[in-house]
Amino acid sequence: MSDASAPVAHQHAAPTGLLRKYVFSLDHKMIGKQYYGLALVSVFLGMILSWLMRFHLVWTNAAIPGLRLLSKNGAPGGVMTPEYYLSLLTMHGTLMVFFVLTNAPFAGFGNYFLPIQIGAEDMAFPRFNMMSFWVTFVAFLVLIASFFIPDGPPISGWTAYAPLSAVGKDAGPGLAWGQNLWAISIGLFCVGQLLGSLNFIATTLDLRTKGMTLSRLPISTWAWFITSCIGLLAFAVLLPACVLLILDRVAGTSFFIPAGLVISDHLQPHSGGSPLLWQHLFWFFGHPEVYIAIVPAMGIVSHILMASMRKPLLSVKVVYGSMIAIGFLSYMVWGHHMFLSGMNPFSALVFSFPTLIITIPATIITMIWIGSIYGANLRFHTPALFSLGFVSVFVAGGVSGFFLAQPSLDIYLHGTYFVVGHFHMVMGVAAIFGILAGTYFWFPKMSGRMMNDTLGKIHFWLTFIGVYCIFMPFHFLGFAGNVRRYSTFVDDYLQPLLPLHKFISIAAFLTGAAQLIFLYNLIYSRFKGAPAPENPWEATSLEWSTTSPPPFDNFGGRHVVVKRGPNEYGVDGAHGDFIMQDSPEPEPAAGD
Amino acid sequence: MSSMALQPDRGSQSPAQTSPALSGVWVAVAAITMSFAAFTSSLIIRQASGNDWRHLALPGILYLNTVILLASSLTVETARRKGISSLASMRFWLHLTLTLGAAFLAGQAFAWHRLRTEGLYLATSPNSSFFYVLTVLHALHILGGLCAFIYVIRRTASASLWRVAAIDAAAVYWHFLAGLWVYLLLVLRTRL
Repeated sequence: MSDASAPVAHQHAAPTGLLRKYVFSLDHKMIGKQYYGLALVSVFLGMILSWLMRFHLVWTNAAIPGLRLLSKNGAPGGVMTPEYYLSLLTMHGTLMVFFVLTNAPFAGFGNYFLPIQIGAEDMAFPRFNMMSFWVTFVAFLVLIASFFIPDGPPISGWTAYAPLSAVGKDAGPGLAWGQNLWAISIGLFCVGQLLGSLNFIATTLDLRTKGMTLSRLPISTWAWFITSCIGLLAFAVLLPACVLLILDRVAGTSFFIPAGLVISDHLQPHSGGSPLLWQHLFWFFGHPEVYIAIVPAMGIVSHILMASMRKPLLSVKVVYGSMIAIGFLSYMVWGHHMFLSGMNPFSALVFSFPTLIITIPATIITMIWIGSIYGANLRFHTPALFSLGFVSVFVAGGVSGFFLAQPSLDIYLHGTYFVVGHFHMVMGVAAIFGILAGTYFWFPKMSGRMMNDTLGKIHFWLTFIGVYCIFMPFHFLGFAGNVRRYSTFVDDYLQPLLPLHKFISIAAFLTGAAQLIFLYNLIYSRFKGAPAPENPWEATSLEWSTTSPPPFDNFGGRHVVVKRGPNEYGVDGAHGDFIMQDSPEPEPAAGD
Repeated sequence: MSSMALQPDRGSQSPAQTSPALSGVWVAVAAITMSFAAFTSSLIIRQASGNDWRHLALPGILYLNTVILLASSLTVETARRKGISSLASMRFWLHLTLTLGAAFLAGQAFAWHRLRTEGLYLATSPNSSFFYVLTVLHALHILGGLCAFIYVIRRTASASLWRVAAIDAAAVYWHFLAGLWVYLLLVLRTRL
C-alpha cells in the first residue's frame, strides 16, 4: 500500500467543555489515558482479590476484616466459602486478562502513541474510538456489578467452561445473574475491542504521514498493528460464543448443554449440546489473547531497548517477521488448552506440533534481544530495567511452555499450579513489565513531567525479586501434584507444601505493597515531578519530536515529513548519537 | 438536486491514498466473516454432538428474499457507478436499494412469523435455534447497512458534503452482506 502523502485534516475541533475534553473525548490521547486509567483501577482491584485468595489459602480459618461486608453469603464471619474463593478467582482472572492485559499495552498505549508515531493527528474514526472506550467502561461496570448482587460473581473461572457456566442457578452461587453479567460484560468488551482494532488497522494503513512507509514504522507501531489484526479475528469469535452462551442461559437453547444433565438433583431441560464446543470457541479466542497481551509488550520493550542500548536491534525486520509469524500461528494452537478436555486424543498431536513451532519465532525474538544487549552500552534508567526484566520473566515463563506443549506431560501438569506459574510468568508478569516499562518511558510525554528514577528503580527491584518469589515456586508445587482451583489444602499429601504456600503468600503481600511505590510515584510525579524535556531519552520516533505533552493536534500544526527509519541509533547526528525520524539531516553512514 | 458532474472529493488526502472508510469496511468485513465462520462451525459441531437434530423445511419466502437482496446488490452497484456522472440518478438508485433492503427485512420477518406459526421457536430444536440466530444477526447487519445508505443519501444532499468513499464503503458492505446471505442460506439449506 502506498504511503500517505499528507495526514488527513483534523476531523474534530479542539474541545472546550470539560465533558468533551475529559469524559466523552474524541482525542486519541485522552482515550488512551482513559484506557490506561481503567487498567490501573482494574489491576489494583485484581491484585486485592489475589491477596484475599492467597490469605485464605494459607490462613484458611482466619477471618478477613471487612470481607463480610462485601458478601454476607460468600464470607460469613469474614471467612470465605470455597465457592466464594472461586468467585474471586473468576473476577481476578477476568479483570486481569481483559481489563488489564488487553487494555493497557494495546488499547491504552496504542491509542495514545500509534497516531503520533505515524505522524497523524488522530485515529481514522475518532467517534468509534470514543465508543470503543465507553463500551469497554460499561463492560467493566457490568462485571463489577456482580459483586453487589446477592448471587455474587460467577464461580466458573475466567474461562467460563460450559456446562457449569451455561446451566444457571442450580450449578452453584454466582451462576444465576452473576454469570449473566459476566457474559454480557465480556460480550460488550468484545464489541469495544473490535471497534478499537478496526480503528488501529485503518489508521495505520491510511493515515501515515509523508515518508512514513511501512518499513519506517517504529517497532511499537508494528506490534500494535499486528495485535489489532490478531484481536480483530479473536474477539470476532468470542463475541458469537458469548451470544450463544447468553441464549443457553436466558432463552432455553441447547448449544453447550448436553442432554440428561442432572445438577443438584434437578434434570436440566436441555438436549444434545456440546460443552466441548464452548471450549473450542473460547480457546480459539483465548490463545490469541495471550499474544494480544504480549505482542504489544514485545514492541514496547524493543522500542525502549533500542533507546537504552543506543543501537538498533540486530535485525529489526526479523523481529517484525517473527511477530507476524506469532500472530499467524496463534490461531493454530488453541487445542493445547484442551488436552484434558476429552477431545479426540489424536488431535492433541495436531495441536502440540504448532505449539512447539510457535516457540521458534518467540525464541528468535528473545535471542535478538539478548544478542543485541550483549556488548551494548546500556543506559540503566527505570524503563530499561523493566525492559530487561521483561526479557527475563518472558524467558523464565516461556521455558515451562515447552513442558506443557507435550500432551503426555500436560496431562499430569495441566490441573496443577505448574500451569498457574507458567501463564502468570509468561503472560501476566511479562506483559505487566511491558506496561510498567512503557509507563516509565512514556510518562514524560503523556504528562509533561518526569517520574522519579530512584523510586522507579526501588520499585523495579522489589517487583522483580517479588514476582520470582511468587511464581517460580508455583512450578515446584505443580510438580508435587498441587491441584489448582482448590480453596483449601486438606489432603495429607499437600501438607508438606503448606510452608511453601505461606512463603508465596507473604511474597505476594510484599510485592503487591511495593506497587504502592509505583502508584505514589505516578501520582506525585503527575503534579510535582520535574518538567520533562521534549526528548528525555534521546529517542528517534515521532512522539519525541513534539512537545511534552503533545498539543491537541499532536504536532502543533506542523506538517511532519519522515526522512528515515526509526532506529537511527549509534550514528553521528547533529544532537548526539541518534537522528530523529523527521530530522532533515543528511543520511548517515550507519543505520537502515 | 439537479444532475451535476461530481469531482471525487477526498478531503485533504491525496487521490492515491486509500480512504479510511474503505479500509475500515474491509476490516469490518473480515471481522464479520470470522464471526459467522464461528457460528456456522458451531452449527456443524452441534449437529454432530447430539441426536436431536431434525430437518425442517425452510419457508419458501426465503428464496424470494434472496432474489430481492441480490437485486439490491445490483442496484447499489448501479448507484455507485451512476454517482460518477449524476448525483440525482445515484440518489434514485440508492432509494431503490433502500426499498429493496427494507423489503428483504420484511420478508425475513415473514419467514420468522411462518416458523412461529408452525410452533418452531428459538429454543424448540437446535436447528431452529441456529436458524433464528443466523438470520436475526444477519438482519441486524442488514439494518446497519440500511442506516449506512440513509447516511449516504443525506450526504448527497449537498455536493460539498459528498464523499465518494462513503458510497464505495457502503457498496462493499452491502455486496458482502448479499454474499453472506447466500452462504448462510446454503448452510441452513444443507444442514436443516
